Amino acid sequence: MNHNSLQLDTHGRLRHFLTIEGLPRSLLLDILNRAESFSGVGERAVKKVPLLRGKTIANLFFEPSTRTRTTFELAAKRLSADVLSLNIASSSTKKGESLLDTLRTLEAMHCDMFIVRHADSGAAHYIASRVAPGVSVINGGDGRHAHPTQAMLDLYTIRKHKGDFSRLCVAIVGDILHSRVARSEIHALSIIGVREIRVIGPRTLVPRDIQTLGVHVFHDLASGIRDADVIIMLRLQSERMRSALIPGESEYFNLYGLTEEKLALANADAIVMHPGPINRGVEIDSTVADGNHSVILQQVSHGIAVRMAIMAMTMSAPGDYPAEAADEVNN
Amino acid sequence: MKTLPAGEIDKLLLEMANQLRQAAPGKPVMVGIQTGGVWIAERLHRLLELKTPLGRLNIAFYRDDFSRIGLHPRVTPSSLPFAVEDQHIILVDDVLHTGRTVRAALNEIFDYGRPASVTLAVLIERSGRELPVCAEVIGKRMSLKPGEHVKLSGPEPLALEIKTAE
Repeated sequence: MNHNSLQLDTHGRLRHFLTIEGLPRSLLLDILNRAESFSGVGERAVKKVPLLRGKTIANLFFEPSTRTRTTFELAAKRLSADVLSLNIASSSTKKGESLLDTLRTLEAMHCDMFIVRHADSGAAHYIASRVAPGVSVINGGDGRHAHPTQAMLDLYTIRKHKGDFSRLCVAIVGDILHSRVARSEIHALSIIGVREIRVIGPRTLVPRDIQTLGVHVFHDLASGIRDADVIIMLRLQSERMRSALIPGESEYFNLYGLTEEKLALANADAIVMHPGPINRGVEIDSTVADGNHSVILQQVSHGIAVRMAIMAMTMSAPGDYPAEAADEVNN
Repeated sequence: MKTLPAGEIDKLLLEMANQLRQAAPGKPVMVGIQTGGVWIAERLHRLLELKTPLGRLNIAFYRDDFSRIGLHPRVTPSSLPFAVEDQHIILVDDVLHTGRTVRAALNEIFDYGRPASVTLAVLIERSGRELPVCAEVIGKRMSLKPGEHVKLSGPEPLALEIKTAE
């Protein structure tokens, strides 16, 4: 599928943000730079800029989420947009309303943007291909497919701490198979061009064909994180336990849980990341989650700036930003 | 294309500093508007020997034409390294033209707090106002046609050009 025919306009500008796959490196850098511009807004007396004043943004969460939803909500509010947060998991779809009917109803309320989280892969694409012209869709996580804003905020966090991407070895640890975060992360890291991407996990939780994405596979945590600069821990979802893909929480922790001793094998200045919510004592030890290598809480703050940038970009006018306006302004 | 050389600009800056001592006595703080306004503000800040660090305002997020021209590609975040509340502020820009930049700058300043006063100082005050904005301290007045633009280059040396749009 050619994703970009949907998410980019004819001039290569962002219309929707659905997946990292296939996006040009320059666009990813653009997002990071713009996020940088928004980073100070949260520290001011009035935590708002008037960019999206008068726009209405609907958070459509067909699947429960706290941090993604609240950071999207906060990002929209800091851009001065009006935000609706709909927990559709518990509302009209239960009454039998189809996805398209829900969409049409919200369009009739003149929403300008939909943030979509859905348990089915491809839900955000489906909605983006059917919205009215001028309405933007941002993927807040779809099934096992993608979670592109999470990948962007992780890139942002990595750049903040490590600068030059090309020198870095990044290890992604845990349930790679079911993780939309891992998938988006791998695309983002390979487009941006890190030195090495490693995935580490039990055989049952690493897809067989993952090497085709250009990653190195390890099934042993100790050898996988040796000399890594960045360690991204994934959340172990309890539903995987039920399906007997792993033997049990304590067994998993013994093999793949990140402890101080294992972290010591990575580079001395390695950073530890996690998309949250963390399971202490399952994939990560508390002393590591709260230790000085951990940047987990910074990821949350960065998520707001990155989402502000992506929202502002997709809502941006179709006209070209005049090169001269950058410094000349309108005096 | 007409130009104003650096030496001429230095003279204007000295005059502006003198005017500012009258117009904004006491302990004012200074804020320059990115990019040209900051260059002018850096000079004035030095001439007036102000103790508080210079504030830098980037009004890109406060422009009134986002819906027409979109988002600036890379905005250096604003920094006001002092409390705005109850301060006497000298707001500095290179050129006062339509007045829209100053409108945006005032809105942004008020998002940081409520200043006691704001005094506007500009190197060039040109014709073409679209909003009721006026400067108190002016380096030079110019009457230009609508297609003509004043372009400041800098920071070292500062030079001013008047360009005509094709």
